[in-house]
Amino acid sequence: MAKKLMKGNEAIGEAAIAAGAINYFAYPITPQSEVAEYMTWRLPEVGGVFVQAESEVAVGNMLLGAASTGKRVFTTSSSPGISLMMEAISYMAGDHLPVVIVNITRGGPGLGGILPAQSDYFQAVKAGGHGDYHSIVLAPASVQEAVDLMILAFDLADTYRTPVIVMGDGMIGQMMESVEFPEKYHDPVNPETKDWPLTGAKGRKPRVIKSLFLDPKLLEKNSFDLAAKYAVIKAKEVRHELYKVSNKNRILITAYGTMARICQTAIDELEEEGISAGLFRPITLYPFPEKEIYQEAAKKNIEAILTVEMSMGQMIEDVERFIKGTKPIEFYGRTGGIVPTPNEVKDKVRQMLGAGK
Amino acid sequence: MLIDNDVIFSRTKGLTENITHYCPGCTHGVIHRLVSEVLVELGVQDRTVGVAPVGCSVLAYNYYAVDFVEAAHGRAPATATGFKRVRPDMVVFTYQGDGDMASIGMGEIVHAANRGEKFTTIFVNNAIYGMTGGQMAPTTLPGHKTTTCPQGRDVTVVGYPIRMVELLSGLRTPAYLARVSVHSPMHIVAAKKAIRRAFQLQLEGRCFSLVEVLSTCPTNWGITPTAATKWLADNMIDYYPLGIYKDPDQEVG
Repeated sequence: MAKKLMKGNEAIGEAAIAAGAINYFAYPITPQSEVAEYMTWRLPEVGGVFVQAESEVAVGNMLLGAASTGKRVFTTSSSPGISLMMEAISYMAGDHLPVVIVNITRGGPGLGGILPAQSDYFQAVKAGGHGDYHSIVLAPASVQEAVDLMILAFDLADTYRTPVIVMGDGMIGQMMESVEFPEKYHDPVNPETKDWPLTGAKGRKPRVIKSLFLDPKLLEKNSFDLAAKYAVIKAKEVRHELYKVSNKNRILITAYGTMARICQTAIDELEEEGISAGLFRPITLYPFPEKEIYQEAAKKNIEAILTVEMSMGQMIEDVERFIKGTKPIEFYGRTGGIVPTPNEVKDKVRQMLGAGK
Repeated sequence: MLIDNDVIFSRTKGLTENITHYCPGCTHGVIHRLVSEVLVELGVQDRTVGVAPVGCSVLAYNYYAVDFVEAAHGRAPATATGFKRVRPDMVVFTYQGDGDMASIGMGEIVHAANRGEKFTTIFVNNAIYGMTGGQMAPTTLPGHKTTTCPQGRDVTVVGYPIRMVELLSGLRTPAYLARVSVHSPMHIVAAKKAIRRAFQLQLEGRCFSLVEVLSTCPTNWGITPTAATKWLADNMIDYYPLGIYKDPDQEVG
């Protein structure tokens, strides 16, 4: 299919349709309201459903009901809205329901601001709601990757019957880039091909979708079942990308999403100065590429790790955890909607190498 | 003329064989039966999905022989909205208590009703929180003693009980809204009629429908089952008048 120039938020909406997800529930919130505005005319063209809910609390619980049909369902929101959905996300994890939630992250805490941020890493990766669960978390670094990961997100949600969060910061939602969609769009899923959706108890026993287990043995079993699922996800679904990683690197930078692209520019410019740094970009934030980051960090030529985030330092806790003390780690971050520039990243690398500004 | 082995009364096929966990004298069992009978009589049992609340009837799916999804506390109308919008060909109902709907779930029910979602809500009002052990509900009557208002509900501090059907009647969107009771056989017959009408309107894709059913809670009211039905008749109906409050085909109220 020919390339189109599209705003990230609209491309995310179209990508869901390409994935056969035509059931969308949302509440307006900056900086992603364009998704709802796009879907409000685009979904009727494909026979889809859009409900503008009264709140993000309702959105989450509409998704729970809609996902119970076995069809592909999703929402898009931004940080404060995602907080309100955490109740339902916990329930849907406990219910083993497939759902895709897009967080076009803005600065927090509280009402925060409306500019890009990466300060919801903890919330997305460490459950966010109550109980022993995880969501798969995907972090695109471009509008094209947002499209590709949206399609992957629905496949992963269906395969593992789990919530999947696509974390794009405000920049991914707002910037325009050229994107390509698949030639053939995915047909909407037929719930009759699955053994769990609520399709009416015709010729079979009634099905119940629930997360309440008053018998502690059964509740523990549900947690064991979830843990077993996460073990498979960790073994099979880890994704990451390397940029200019070589045995000349002295510094290994870790960053995800838009921040990783800024770090690429910094790496290119440092190279011209004769300073070699490589980039390790997790694409799945959960499951985190833990073995891969360990291997890269352990390489002899790497003197130190630099984690760069649009936050006060959240992913760095996982990086520390997974490199197991093999190398010193430093952090550079800006927050509140301020995005670190390539120059700031370069200064930090020079300072780490004792090279001065 | 009846022949000896004619079955004239039996368990409805709409319910499972499971014995309910409800307390003696609780009317949830009667209401479950009425809803199930209606689903069977309308021939829709095999394309119905129930949405369970949080409260005493959270385990309703153990008793109804239909597919069920469990909602978060108060969110059943949102969950039902999500399901019904994706599967308008199916019959969807929520079954909610007064704490679930009139307190924590007030936002969801008002907006679902106002959008005119084509599902049915069975709203069981026993004027108290049952499962958590008898706390004051938004529907607890003035002066009624509960564990969180041991001196009786003081309306100067917590306001008057909320009349959900009257409140929803204020919405302009067409809907079917009725209040019934199940404290006597005569009332049970009327209750079933209203429940049937509610589901019929859903089947026709006409409107949102809600039937409020006044119910007893002998355990948490601290009285016997017999005294509880009498207490309902003597106290609740005055504050919560029975009747059809809205019907898309009639001027009522």
